[in-house]
Amino acid sequence: MNWLPVLLLYVAVWLAIFVQTQFPALTEWLGLAPSLVPALIVHAALTHSSWVTFGLAVFAGLGLDSLSPMKLGIHYLPLLALGLAIQARQHLILRDQTYARIFLGLAAGTFVPLATLLLLTVTDRPVLSGWSTGWQLVFSGLFNAMACPVCFRIFDWLERVLGDPRPVESSFRPDRQIKRGRN
Amino acid sequence: MHYLMPGAALALALVFLNLPPTAADRLKLAVSTLFLPLFGLNRSIQAVADEASYGLLTRSTLIREVERLQRENQQLKLGAAQTADALAENSRLRTALGWQGRASWKGRAARVIGREPTTWWRSVLIDYGSLQGAQVNQTVMTPEGLVGRIRSVQPTFSQVALIGDPECGVSVVINETREPGTILEARSATLSDGMVTMRTLQHSVTAMAGQSVTTLGNGGVFPKGIPVGQIIDTRSVDGGLSTEARLKLGAQLNRLEEVWVLTP
Repeated sequence: MNWLPVLLLYVAVWLAIFVQTQFPALTEWLGLAPSLVPALIVHAALTHSSWVTFGLAVFAGLGLDSLSPMKLGIHYLPLLALGLAIQARQHLILRDQTYARIFLGLAAGTFVPLATLLLLTVTDRPVLSGWSTGWQLVFSGLFNAMACPVCFRIFDWLERVLGDPRPVESSFRPDRQIKRGRN
Repeated sequence: MHYLMPGAALALALVFLNLPPTAADRLKLAVSTLFLPLFGLNRSIQAVADEASYGLLTRSTLIREVERLQRENQQLKLGAAQTADALAENSRLRTALGWQGRASWKGRAARVIGREPTTWWRSVLIDYGSLQGAQVNQTVMTPEGLVGRIRSVQPTFSQVALIGDPECGVSVVINETREPGTILEARSATLSDGMVTMRTLQHSVTAMAGQSVTTLGNGGVFPKGIPVGQIIDTRSVDGGLSTEARLKLGAQLNRLEEVWVLTP
């Protein structure tokens, strides 16, 4: 297994979490900090092994929790649940179809903040939620719906460039070759 | 394999959620240090961009700016002289009445390095940590008004709970009428409108738009007299038992770049 694409996935999550803490003007304008993490988890779940998804969910969850006043482990559960759910139905998902990627991004972008909010309300301190939370969920879903196919394209390209070269298969078989002429 | 993974995930979740606070803080610290190079890089890029923009300023612009600052400096010196006189008088009267002297504010500048990655609370990160002497509950403000208090401290940065956050309750008083009240938690984490809601303890007939609000200083966290904001409008709530006033905050929370942390 080539670990470089996996490492790049971790770097992407690391950068995505950092970006969420920056650009206050954009955050104010949109009403939330757009998060790419759900889309990256979808990609990991459909491309890599369950242990890679597990590690990525732990890394992303702890990263988000460490920069916020959240109790440790709150973010990790929704991300991991998303990753494992997709992984369990991996064989039924048309991974190469753009509409499947859009749908998965939409579902992931809505599910992760919603599940985090539910977990926070039962385990952690009070949160600022109201009518604007609905907008946040819708926006997060739409953002990840758009981001998910882009993530797939970028990482598929990186996989092609950096991954192990695929063996070239040919339908040519020397034993079936029809040799013409006399010998 | 299929059963092992959810089992391991659940076990890990239980471990994380039940970690003792000190262990959880240490783990948070360990993970958050991974992001420090990015915060440092961002700061360096900003510094370089600032330097580059200074080079683009024309000489006439700089001269105009120096003249404006000189005028502002003279006005401030005049104001400071008047304030010093009033402070000396206040101190003499306090001594005469046997009252305790007012503690003066000492501050330390800190830079805002980021905001919370989620939108469930109002908080920002500042580059002032326990290595520089930061402590939980220190007051954070700008020259325009109160910003919040330090919620948690890491060695190189701290988290500040902003006004309107559920963890930043502030007792305030209307300056003109001396009516006390509290700042309620905001309904959303966005800061763009720069508004918070204040509720008076009793129904107020004298609270009105334009009055200024400062900290009351009786909660043990915020010193007395820090400007908070100005009343925009009021309305009766709880069947007329109390009054809610919308405040326009003095500090622009959505454009915070540098803040002052009050030190003891």
